[in-house]
Amino acid sequence: MSNSKSEISRRKVIKTSAAAMAAIGAGPMFFTRGAMAQEYCNAPKGDTVTLGFNVPQTGAYADEGADELRAYKLAVKHLNGEGDGGMLNTFKPSVLKGNGVLGKKVAFVTGDTQTKSDAARASAKRMIEKDKAVMITGGSSSGVAIAVQSLCQEAGVIFMAGLTHSNDTTGKDKRANGFRHFFNTYMSGAALGPVLEKEYGKERVAYHLTADYTWGWSQEKSMKDFTEALGWKTQTTVNTPVGAGDFSQYITPVLNSGADVLILNHYGKDMVNSLTQAVQFGLRDKQVNGKNFEIVVPLFSRLMAQGAGDAIKGILGSTNWNWSLQDEGSKAFVKSFGAEYGTPPSMAAHTCYVQALLYANAAEMAGTFSPAGIVKSLEGFKFDGMGNGPTEYRAEDHQCFKDVLVVRGNQNPTSQFDLLEVVEVTPRAQVEYDAAIMGGSLGPVNAKAC
Amino acid sequence: MDAIFLQLLNGLDKGGAYALIALGLTLAFGTLGVVNFAHGALFMFGAFGAVTLNKFLTLQQVVLDPVKKTAWGTPLEIKTPYIEAWLGDFGAILIDYSVPVSILLVIPFMLLIGVAMERGLIRHFYNRPHADQILVTFGLAIVMQEIIRHYFGANPVPQTAPEIVSGSANVGQWLGIGENLVYPWWRLVYFAFSAVVIFLVFAFLRFTTFGMVVRAGMFDRDTVGLLGINIQKRFTIVFGLAAVVAGVAGAMYTPILPPDYNIGMEFLVLSFVVVVVGGMGSLGGAVTAGFLLGVLQSFASMNEIKNIIPGIDQIIIYLVAVVILLTMPRGLMGRKGVMED
Repeated sequence: MSNSKSEISRRKVIKTSAAAMAAIGAGPMFFTRGAMAQEYCNAPKGDTVTLGFNVPQTGAYADEGADELRAYKLAVKHLNGEGDGGMLNTFKPSVLKGNGVLGKKVAFVTGDTQTKSDAARASAKRMIEKDKAVMITGGSSSGVAIAVQSLCQEAGVIFMAGLTHSNDTTGKDKRANGFRHFFNTYMSGAALGPVLEKEYGKERVAYHLTADYTWGWSQEKSMKDFTEALGWKTQTTVNTPVGAGDFSQYITPVLNSGADVLILNHYGKDMVNSLTQAVQFGLRDKQVNGKNFEIVVPLFSRLMAQGAGDAIKGILGSTNWNWSLQDEGSKAFVKSFGAEYGTPPSMAAHTCYVQALLYANAAEMAGTFSPAGIVKSLEGFKFDGMGNGPTEYRAEDHQCFKDVLVVRGNQNPTSQFDLLEVVEVTPRAQVEYDAAIMGGSLGPVNAKAC
Repeated sequence: MDAIFLQLLNGLDKGGAYALIALGLTLAFGTLGVVNFAHGALFMFGAFGAVTLNKFLTLQQVVLDPVKKTAWGTPLEIKTPYIEAWLGDFGAILIDYSVPVSILLVIPFMLLIGVAMERGLIRHFYNRPHADQILVTFGLAIVMQEIIRHYFGANPVPQTAPEIVSGSANVGQWLGIGENLVYPWWRLVYFAFSAVVIFLVFAFLRFTTFGMVVRAGMFDRDTVGLLGINIQKRFTIVFGLAAVVAGVAGAMYTPILPPDYNIGMEFLVLSFVVVVVGGMGSLGGAVTAGFLLGVLQSFASMNEIKNIIPGIDQIIIYLVAVVILLTMPRGLMGRKGVMED
């Protein structure tokens, strides 16, 4: 019995050993193959690569989101070699050939941010985990951008921000996997300052109404810093709740405050409402301290200007891009977009279209969709022909540096779209700053498998 | 002094809107016992009634320019409103007065919507718990919002007041308290309008036989029914009337606040607080609380007050509601037995 047992046992040992040897031999081969396939998160398999367009499709910024989505769809068409190519024809230096990216046809999935951070993170997560999106892009709010950027960093995919204007996106909340083409509140302040001095002089008293969230605070600080540097005094700063609707109770104290300039650090519907009501209260007809009372809206958007109607006429602000620009890139983009949709693109559409092309070009340059390769290609990348003149993706904070437009609400619009006139193109050098002043740290690139 | 007077005007103006919405909510609740969360959407529908009329009046004939082109290469479109082309100056006046004129359109439209809403949906929920009524009317409000968003987009659609009342009135000069006190004409018009509508609703309920029956039905529905009066039919009409009040309030508010699909929700929550503070089912309470809370909210947003208690403007309405409900559990003018089952 015992012999028999020991014999079986010996056989088992031999078999087990053989199996173990085989496993040891085969194991590294198996894991190596797996490691190649999962080299980075959502490495595309087959002949398509999937991008995730995360834009507000419902909620207060749904119209901007719709325009962003139009731009992304146009970018996909152009990347896949359809249509007239748009900015692919003017973008330099570019290795894009209009045959997809790295030989793969570009496909896309969409998500609805609802302009809410939690909803935006949930839709981005769904696109990464379920739809296997290799890159997430879009959005129309800094709160959303910061939340989604952080999610993409954790997940190990690239985030190409849409419309986000807070300094924090590429300041204290910057991430190695995130990139922003849009300008920020510092640049708005730096560009507007000299124009405000030229138009309204050095002795002014400013009253700020500020949207009570990250972007509003960032915008207020920048405007305060730059106007005080001119010699202006800041009379009062008042935070207003986002979506307050009726701003009359915040505007009436301005009337007798002694201030002669009202700076509206509002965006979207808040800007439309506060500006309209400030005009209704006769602020623009007032004379204070022997000067005409003025209103300034630091961040302008054509879509919002449409909402404000006549109230926008003559008001100064800044913008990332305007469809009336006459450089070759802008003309090509407006032509493509207008022919496709019958309207000119908004600045949100422009930045999203450019981001999609920049990502695709970076992948082609790197020869991979790996975040490590994309980051390497984009950091310090200098380009032109995309509507903003010579532009650079600064390596230190992944912020694009380019000229900034100072605009004024058009007094005599020639069409329903002709709402902003460009007052000045502020050169890049004037809006540039040391990355260190914004704080934060990029940290390491996350290019792990997911 | 000027600042205090301005905030008072502001509060009365805002209170006018609260009072009109709360009045409609109370009418629906007092007659049918329904907590209507779609009431804000009725305000929004009224606002878009004004927008629709304006869009209709400004429909433009398009002629393609043979020479000029758009930036994307298609011929430039030259647009002229049909109504101006056909009616000349009268057409231009109609466009200018589109907001007040829209009232004529909004009244029958909202009456129809109100009656259809009550007959088609709400009557099925009379004997259901208030929670069910809230859920179904809230769902209806979302559907109404999405319809508007589909056709008008998500961005606010600006409307202008008639040219004659588009500027500011020198209220300080009228009252002999200085030149600096100005207030937008249209807001004064809105305040007067809300006062007139409130007066008409009260007069209708007070001095007409219909109103008398409705008031009796609100007090004791069963006894009125025993007298052979079809009180349900009258209540349906009252629900329609509540919709009309909300609708005209929304239409006239458009030059003050460019409407978007969500405008009703912004007012709804505050209006419910107004109704609760005024006393559920009390029309007088709703109006009084509307003006009271409007004025308090306005004063609380003065910088002098906020410097002492930061953020008070955000919570004042709820704070007052808590204090009033703790000291007067039925609200300012609430009746015994209402919502106490």
